[in-house]
Amino acid sequence: MNGPHDMGGFTGFGPVLHEYDEPVWHDGWEPRAFALVLAMGMTGSWNIDEARHARERLPAMQYWRSSYYEMRHFALILQLIELGLITAMEEEQGRMAVPAKPVKRVAKAEMIPAILASGGPADRPSKQPQGFFVGDKVCTRTINPCGHTRLPRYARGKEGEVVTVHGTHVLPDSNAHGVGENPQWLYTVRFTAMDLWGKDTKDAVCIDLWEPYLEALA
Amino acid sequence: MAAPPSGASLALLDKLIAALSTKGLVSEAEITERQAITDRASPEIGARMVARAWTDPDYYALLMRDGKAAAEAMGASMAGAPELGVLENTPSQHHLVVCTLCSCYPRALLGYPPGWYKSFAYRSRAVREPRAVLAEFGLHIDEKTRIRVHDSTADMRYLVLPMRPVGTEGWSEEQLAGIVTRNAMIGTGIATA
Repeated sequence: MNGPHDMGGFTGFGPVLHEYDEPVWHDGWEPRAFALVLAMGMTGSWNIDEARHARERLPAMQYWRSSYYEMRHFALILQLIELGLITAMEEEQGRMAVPAKPVKRVAKAEMIPAILASGGPADRPSKQPQGFFVGDKVCTRTINPCGHTRLPRYARGKEGEVVTVHGTHVLPDSNAHGVGENPQWLYTVRFTAMDLWGKDTKDAVCIDLWEPYLEALA
Repeated sequence: MAAPPSGASLALLDKLIAALSTKGLVSEAEITERQAITDRASPEIGARMVARAWTDPDYYALLMRDGKAAAEAMGASMAGAPELGVLENTPSQHHLVVCTLCSCYPRALLGYPPGWYKSFAYRSRAVREPRAVLAEFGLHIDEKTRIRVHDSTADMRYLVLPMRPVGTEGWSEEQLAGIVTRNAMIGTGIATA
């Protein structure tokens, strides 16, 4: 989707600001809010792509107004309410109104390291034939899906060259919508600054892209 | 991106945790443990990997061939972590890592990303005008050096292997690790002696 998260190429956000001592957390609220995001992730109620899609489905103005950890927090609430794990009234009042729906697990503190170690990377075996090879010239598809995709807007309909082949990985466009992992070949594709931005430099951007995002360039 | 969070968000979090606790979906002990795990993460492992790669050709070869195995050899816990790609800087090529879509970052090796890495300014500009962004970090890359910006769109994480600075001949691995900054491993800095 063309959501508020897809920021590559935007102008208007000003300079990249550095803080003097760059604290990881700016307020005790942040690590606590993020720990809750991670803890609820451990209930196994959603996969990583569904969680990403929840963030980008936040209303655009809410996303842009929020700090990073607020954005994660609001996306968590969106998921909890959509899945019926909590009601809006419970969230406002801080107490239970309806009994909890069952979840896959509730982690005890001592179980956390083992659960973390079991969470899978995204590479999966697949029988899909490999469509592209290093050096192949490709063109990204011009798509504007309503759902989740990891093809950024700034790189749609652009010509590039395959520079690395990564094997077959879970396709986020499927996995974010409960229709399976649908593993596909994943490539790093290099795009020149000229092709992306019309800038005559030797610089380039490399993007990891799944085969369904690409077509062969004749 | 505003920080710190608004007062409304502060109050909301405590109510949310209270509601989820009474429903048995989370506990204070679990939140405390999660917080402790995130607080332990730091760029130290990444810096040690770079220093080892600078001094040990076998380790360098392993790092370039299998980043995850090289991280594990250094004691990092990589079970369940995404694959790790290593981007080697050379006099002709400088790498820079960004996640335009959110905040993908090699947390297992570098800890939690700094605020600027997740900022809209960095996410929007790094792909479009990397040299201007690097200049804001005080880094001026020679025009003859190509810049390769890596947008982390998949479950691959990227670590930049900075160039070893001249004048560090004979330094111990520990001394070398001390000059490998987090920014040098993202590409918004370089290692200097």
